[in-house]
Amino acid sequence: MAGTIFRAVGLSRVYQTGGGAVHALDGIDLEIEAGALTVLLGPSGSGKSTLLNILGGLDRPSAGQVWFRQTDLTGLRDRDLTRYRRDHIGFVFQFYNLVASLTARENVQLVTDVAPDPMAPADALGLVGLGHRLDHFPAELSGGEQQRVAIARALAKRPDVLLCDEPTGALDSATGGQVLQVLDDVNRDLGTATVIITHNAAIREMAHRVIRFHDGRIAGVEANATRKRPDEIAW
Amino acid sequence: MHALDIKLLRDFRRLWAQALAIALVLACGVLVVLTAFGMYGALETTRAAYYERQRFADVFAEANRAPNSLLPALAAIDGVLGVDARVSGLATLDVPGGVPLAVGQVLSLPADDGELNRLVLRAGRMPEPGATDQIVVNAPFAEANGLRPGDRLTANLDGRQRVLTVTGTALSPEFIYTIGPGALMPDNRRFGILWMPTAAAAAAFDMEGAFNKLALRLAAGADTPAVIAAVDRLLDPYGGLGAHGRDLQVSNSFIDAELQQLQSTAWVLPPVFFLVAAFLVNMVIGRIVELERAEIGLLKALGYRDRAVLGHYLLLAGLIALTGIAIGWIVGSWLAAQTAALYATFFDFPFLIHTVSPAVYGLSALLGLAAAGFGAAHSAWRAARLAPAIAMAPPAPPRFSRGLADRMLTRLALPQTALMVLRGLLRWPVRAGLSSLGLAASVAVVVAAGYLDDALEQLMDVSFRAASRQDATVILSHETGIAALGGVARLPGVLHAEPQQDHAVILRHGPREKRVGLQGLPASADLTRTVDAQGNPVSLPRAGLVLPERLARQLDVAPGDTVEVAFLTGTRRRIDVPVADTVTQYFGLTAFIDLAALDRLLGQSPRMTSAQVALDPAATSAFEHALADVPGVAGAAMMTDIRRVFRETLQHNVAIMTTIYVTVAMLIAVGVAYNAARIQLSERARELASLRILGFTRAEVSLVLLGETVLLALVAQPLGWAMGAGLAVAMTAGFESDLYAIPLVLEPAAFARASLVVLATSLGAALIVRRRIDRMDLVAVMKTRE
Ligand SMILES: Nc1ncnc2c1ncn2[C@@H]1O[C@H](COP(=O)(O)OP(=O)(O)OP(=O)(O)O)[C@@H](O)[C@H]1O
Ligand SMILES: [Mg+2]
Repeated sequence: MAGTIFRAVGLSRVYQTGGGAVHALDGIDLEIEAGALTVLLGPSGSGKSTLLNILGGLDRPSAGQVWFRQTDLTGLRDRDLTRYRRDHIGFVFQFYNLVASLTARENVQLVTDVAPDPMAPADALGLVGLGHRLDHFPAELSGGEQQRVAIARALAKRPDVLLCDEPTGALDSATGGQVLQVLDDVNRDLGTATVIITHNAAIREMAHRVIRFHDGRIAGVEANATRKRPDEIAW
Repeated sequence: MHALDIKLLRDFRRLWAQALAIALVLACGVLVVLTAFGMYGALETTRAAYYERQRFADVFAEANRAPNSLLPALAAIDGVLGVDARVSGLATLDVPGGVPLAVGQVLSLPADDGELNRLVLRAGRMPEPGATDQIVVNAPFAEANGLRPGDRLTANLDGRQRVLTVTGTALSPEFIYTIGPGALMPDNRRFGILWMPTAAAAAAFDMEGAFNKLALRLAAGADTPAVIAAVDRLLDPYGGLGAHGRDLQVSNSFIDAELQQLQSTAWVLPPVFFLVAAFLVNMVIGRIVELERAEIGLLKALGYRDRAVLGHYLLLAGLIALTGIAIGWIVGSWLAAQTAALYATFFDFPFLIHTVSPAVYGLSALLGLAAAGFGAAHSAWRAARLAPAIAMAPPAPPRFSRGLADRMLTRLALPQTALMVLRGLLRWPVRAGLSSLGLAASVAVVVAAGYLDDALEQLMDVSFRAASRQDATVILSHETGIAALGGVARLPGVLHAEPQQDHAVILRHGPREKRVGLQGLPASADLTRTVDAQGNPVSLPRAGLVLPERLARQLDVAPGDTVEVAFLTGTRRRIDVPVADTVTQYFGLTAFIDLAALDRLLGQSPRMTSAQVALDPAATSAFEHALADVPGVAGAAMMTDIRRVFRETLQHNVAIMTTIYVTVAMLIAVGVAYNAARIQLSERARELASLRILGFTRAEVSLVLLGETVLLALVAQPLGWAMGAGLAVAMTAGFESDLYAIPLVLEPAAFARASLVVLATSLGAALIVRRRIDRMDLVAVMKTRE
């Protein structure tokens, strides 16, 4: 492992709503190692997505600081955050978020058009086992296939970090297994730091580290001495 | 191609029906700009080039009989570059194979073809300078009468019958628009220009060593009013009729009137189309941005810049604009060509009217793009500014108001579906308001079309049935005693004849003055009468002037005021005369006075310059044949014929205009109603599907959709009527010139027709969208996010 890739100090995110302030993140400190596969666990509403969004430069904290390598993300202007996302981060969302009017290949191309050193879209789709579905529209793909397109899209730019918010949340266990297999392969083969949010506690067994959330705080961090492969995990 | 561009093109293809509906409205704006601005430029540059090449004069004057010895003094006036003095007179013509009676304006032709108003020879050759029986005629007259070089015609020149040989045909910048005395529009069969060598013309009209028509060319930057004043001073002792600039030159002023009309069209109509199109783009792009929140968030998460997102939606609007511009250019080019062809029948240019300049194409495209960009800007900007994390969260469900209006709605105990319609309108009041405004614009355009039709009907009714009822006007070569009326009355076919005196005068009131014709009509006149706006005859008072309202307004006088009448004819008296009454006049600008009162004013025994006659329809051609040989007759206007041609031409043109206006209005209505219904359907898809699942029938569900459209259209009606009336007022003002005016006629039927057209069109557009409800896949709709 080559040091830390993310470091956060006193990170808070407060939402002002009609019913008062909601502390989605309540002053957390954390480090995430480069090359590691990290799993975030926690009950609904505990602040996992909020953290991921801040790490990915989609959102800004209300207080505290967060560094990506040597860069203080809290100090970046909007256009620099955009550049940061473009150059370093790959996202995978629970609901895939594919553009309905673009084929699998074109959805991946959306990233390769703007990334500095991308793979060919077909190669990225090959990585996730979809080399035979290049010209299908999202509506013509199964849920698992759509999620694998989303992963291919995230991978295609060769990101430094892959951020996945419940990537298997909308999938059955078999398809979910395939998706996790892809993520695991990528982490092992390319060494891409990967952060996965999940509700499925079983998945923690494939992680280097597991961070537990509760009520906007970190309830505990544990490291796995040995990682299981996704196909060894009992769902 | 970039993936984002692929998305753009696919989105555009998916939206094609809505995009087309908008593009058509935009195309209307583009094509009006193209046609109106384009033809304005084309007509103006063509005319300017023609004037420059043929050295069209800048100042014109007529006199009774001025000696040629004045010419050096005229040429010495400061700013005068060239002087052209000519002899002019009217002649009745007998053209073999042509109409029984044509009128020619004879003009002398300087030996060297003169310095000014030079002819463009179209066929044959110029007459030999010494010849007394050779003429060149204007080409349209030759064409209409089948005259070719070498042909002959008989002319009654100041009482002497002469056989003249046509040596050639020509065009002149003085006669781009050639209209005969008494005529309402050009009739090339009945009126022609005859150029003959100066010596021959002078001999024919007893003008040796003299001239009665003068043209001056001025240096650039010359002081035109000063030159006019100097010319007037010199010509005054010789019966000068008052010099004037190009603005009062007949042919030129008709082109000016056409240019003015093109200009008002170019300024009034396009903004309507562009604003409606901008609103439609705004509505559609706004909805798309709403639907694509998640995709926008994704793009931003992937690292696309604000600029890229902004550009994406602006480009979508741009594609709609480009479609509109392309349609506008194609149809506009065609329309411009049609207009140019139409001009070629009215205006006689020696070369083709220039086509629309590339700059105007550019301008129209720029305006189209600007309208679409303006419409899309807000939504595109909103899309660009969406925070990625928020964009991907589903949008909060729209908040429906529980305000006063809503509580009142609830009280009404309406069916749920009606409640849905009304709440929908209250939820998006701005959009509902603007949709109604768009439909109102469409109503207004149909009202305007109806107004044009009704106004021209009334114009012809008042002018032809009530005011001018003569079958022919006989113009005498010289003012004579009233006894000449007997000679006219005895001509074959004449049932009744009335005398008339025509004078050129300048009316002055305070600082205002106006050069007009003064008509003396007998108290018992039945053939030419003064009338009010409804066409009721207004009898001439025993003394005092009667002025058309337009003239009274220009002079700022009301009955009771006194104006100075400066006679430019005869003894050139200046007399103060009270204004007794105002009347309505649609053609020309004429002051009226009782014939006896006029003779009293001038202190003369009863005299006349022309006669109005009623004819036995069966004997019209006998009358015309006989008239050609009567001495002392300069010409005649066959009014029945003139009116018939005028009516036919006008009705033809109005039918075209009405078709265009109604088509345009329907395009606007479809554009607004179709897009409003589509967006409503997209916003309500879930709601409507839920209703269907709950067991509502298709018809009941459709009512929600159709209800909103019909409600918007109904609300639009009163507003549309008001806007239509406003448009009619604006058009009445825009058409008004010294040459003609059209009445403001607002018939209830025109408003009803407009409402019917727009309601039916809107309903039709909504029904097309309704078919989508029938095809709605209930499961799919319920499954979609949002
Ligand atoms: N835009 C927002 N406005 C107000 N409150 C918000 C907003 N987004 C999130 N929250 C609140 O912040 C808290 C943390 O939300 P977050 O989405 O991070 O939870 P999570 O751990 O990802 O939950 P889940 O497992 O359900 O996805 C929640 O209480 C949520 O209601
Ligand atoms: Mg979450």
